Amino acid sequence: MIRIANVCKSFGAVQALNDVSFEVKENELFGLIGPDGAGKSTLFRILISLMTPDSGTVALWGLDAVRDYKAVRKIIGYMPGKFSLYEDLTVEENLQFFASVFGVTVEENYHLIEEVYSHIAPFRKRPAGKLSGGMKQKLALSCALIHKPRLLALDEPTTGVDAVSRKEFWENLGAIRQAGVTTIVATPYMDEAALCDRIAFINKGRILSIDTPQNIVERTTQRIFAIRAANMRTLPALCRSLPEAIAAYSFGDSVHLAVNSHHTEADGIRQQLTRLSCEKITVEPIAPTIEDCFIITAKN
Amino acid sequence: MDIINVKDLVMKFGDFTANDHLTFSVKKGEIFGFLGANGAGKTTAMKILCGLLKPSSGCVVVAGYNVASHPEKVKRNIGYMSQKFSLNDDLTVAENILVYGAIYGLSRAEIARRTEAVLEKLELTQMRRRLVRTLSLGWKQKLAFSVATIHRPSVVFLDEPTSGVDPVTRRRFWELIYEAAENGITVFVSTHYMDEAEYCDRISIMNRGQIIALDRPRQLKQVHGAESMNELFILLAR
Amino acid sequence: MSALRGLIIKESKHILRDRKTLVILFVIPVALVLIIGYVVSMDVKDTVIGVYDKARDSESVRLTNRIVSSGYFKLGKIITHDDQIESAFRTGSIRMAVVIGDHFGKRMLQPAGGAAVQIIADASEANTAQLLVSYCEAVIRSFALEESVVARPPVEVEVKMFFNPFLNSIYMSIPGIMALVLIIVTAMMTSLSITREKELGSMEILLASPLAPFQIIIGKVAPYLALASINAVTIVLLGYFVFRVPMLGSWQLLFLINFLYIYLSLALGILVSSLASTQMVAMFASMFGLLLPTMLLSGFIFPIENMPDWLQALSRILPPRYYVEAIKAVMIQGSGLAVVWHHLLVMSAFGMIYTIAAVKKFKIRME
Repeated sequence: MIRIANVCKSFGAVQALNDVSFEVKENELFGLIGPDGAGKSTLFRILISLMTPDSGTVALWGLDAVRDYKAVRKIIGYMPGKFSLYEDLTVEENLQFFASVFGVTVEENYHLIEEVYSHIAPFRKRPAGKLSGGMKQKLALSCALIHKPRLLALDEPTTGVDAVSRKEFWENLGAIRQAGVTTIVATPYMDEAALCDRIAFINKGRILSIDTPQNIVERTTQRIFAIRAANMRTLPALCRSLPEAIAAYSFGDSVHLAVNSHHTEADGIRQQLTRLSCEKITVEPIAPTIEDCFIITAKN
Repeated sequence: MDIINVKDLVMKFGDFTANDHLTFSVKKGEIFGFLGANGAGKTTAMKILCGLLKPSSGCVVVAGYNVASHPEKVKRNIGYMSQKFSLNDDLTVAENILVYGAIYGLSRAEIARRTEAVLEKLELTQMRRRLVRTLSLGWKQKLAFSVATIHRPSVVFLDEPTSGVDPVTRRRFWELIYEAAENGITVFVSTHYMDEAEYCDRISIMNRGQIIALDRPRQLKQVHGAESMNELFILLAR
Repeated sequence: MSALRGLIIKESKHILRDRKTLVILFVIPVALVLIIGYVVSMDVKDTVIGVYDKARDSESVRLTNRIVSSGYFKLGKIITHDDQIESAFRTGSIRMAVVIGDHFGKRMLQPAGGAAVQIIADASEANTAQLLVSYCEAVIRSFALEESVVARPPVEVEVKMFFNPFLNSIYMSIPGIMALVLIIVTAMMTSLSITREKELGSMEILLASPLAPFQIIIGKVAPYLALASINAVTIVLLGYFVFRVPMLGSWQLLFLINFLYIYLSLALGILVSSLASTQMVAMFASMFGLLLPTMLLSGFIFPIENMPDWLQALSRILPPRYYVEAIKAVMIQGSGLAVVWHHLLVMSAFGMIYTIAAVKKFKIRME
């Protein structure tokens, strides 16, 4: 298991991580959810021994990420945020190279990557640079997994990847978890958070909350209303102007309005919006999504 | 009035057909979502629309000019912004606006006026002398959008403008897009966030070089019996 | 497959697949040697001169013939009046004028001497002028020695040219050019290939793997060692066959020196790359940090003996100087191990220091 305790890291005047502590359990699929610049990449690099924290400790199965960095590097598989494989080498050559780096053969661990790799196997003779975004990510995942790491660290593996490839990628992560690999994955996509065992919200270098996606949703004290009106484009600003509003943002085909008070009812909101000359208003109380929770948490 | 008119657009690279007989049009002031899987041919089509690539065949008219015969005129009348290419990191906020204004031939006084307007709208007045590299991604993208529309183009192309941006800033960004559309600027935008597809007036979904769906988001969901855009996309693009 | 073997295979594939760079790596050194070779060599050949023979006796005619038939000079103008000299220089029709004094033949035979030959050169190109004058002096001196019945030659010439009696300056410049080209190609290649991985982000994955710094470094160096060795052979053969640099020593020793020098340049390239984070920085660092000192302080263009003490001291801590000296010793003087052992020792020491520094400086983490 992994224990991160009181980790701080600054770059000059910028504090990238501020007293970050959490634990990841054996065989867990742990999500680190936060926007660009939240400190996710820095946390990953400290976790896998690529950076040293200014203070605090990171322990992976009893190994200290600073002192025992050599041992740590044997048990981790890392996929950086930017596509970092060799674009002039073919799919197959990249995989073989990373197997050789860890002193294993592709054959001995093929069962582990089979599901991911089968998507790109038809293109095994193609240079990695000529793959589409989704396929590149699958190759990078195969390369990070080929030595059967205990911990798989994936830094924003699905940024810029289309919805179909993202879905496939997450299906693969589920299978990898079944194989007994602990996985930490960072993502700016809130819908992916629901697929993790546990998630941590991170923003501006701080962990805002850690729990299972279900608990995070259930423990939200705020109420959320999905609102629709004839003019959807002016609706977010109008909702925000309501006195009880904490946050109001577009969510697909509706606007989600978060309110603190449990006395607020749909009818009251409808009346207020009618007074603001909205037409065809529908107001419906809904269960918050992970994204609602993040927006509310980030606001506090 | 159509600001973009594409008829039988074909783009081939050797044996590979990146765009296979695309036909569609975008009206003035419309927000048009351009969706598709990675490698479906979106980027190629966008490059052609911006006059950066000459199509193999077909007729593409943007802002009243044919992209094959008058790419320079097209470029004068459009704005373009992407995650990769937008601002100069080593210049300040104000300098970036100045550079773009100058590129499009605005007068000094006009640039100064529009700079103030942009800074005020984005609440960046205090940060006008900050280097762009020190801004967060969200600020950068909002600034990049304002810079891409500084010359009031008739159409602006946005290539995955919100990739990696936090949920709040992403939505603020879309409010900028609404505002531009209100002011008559046509917005042509690609995204991987399916909720953002709902914010468009119309969307097209590309797969293997072809447009496989084109309509209002609500109509598409109804026709295909999908609950959400995400479901629809996975249904169509898989 | 071992990690090191995997690294070497991977690096070789990068090199072989990048056709453009590969062509550059083989063509540039050859082109550089040829271009610098021909530019630097100030060989005197068929230089147009004017002769003003005031004596017009049989000896002066013989001297004129001797100068013109030497192969270095070509008679372009017979001068008959003092005024013509200056105008001939001004129009550029001659590069040098030889004025043979009155009663040349008679005075040459007299014990008191006084036979005078004046050489006037166009000193707007000072180095060439110097060279022309010394060539001409040499011709006159040999003429005087043969013709004169008295001990004292009519023109006092003091020219010493060891190991290079025909004053072919290319002899001196070829080893310098080799030093220059090899260090650019090897040091720049490795430093660029490592910084490229840093820019690409793949270095981040390599660092996060169990690879030790020495493995990453050797994996980078080995393929380039092979490549640079081919370059070294090409350049040596070019010097031998095209510029006719004599090869009096042993070939094995020559290649040992080259191999050591290549190794040392590669290690230097690695050191540069561990200090630079982008290809641009690595490029400039190798340009200004290696190219200029090699050019200026290896004795290639400017003789080291003429430098101020502090520059001489500086040249002593730069490896190209030892390489140039060793190559000259082996090729031109035919020296053996007995002479160049200390050059080899110094270069080995440099190689070792650079390697250790590169491994130590190699960052096992990110900044």
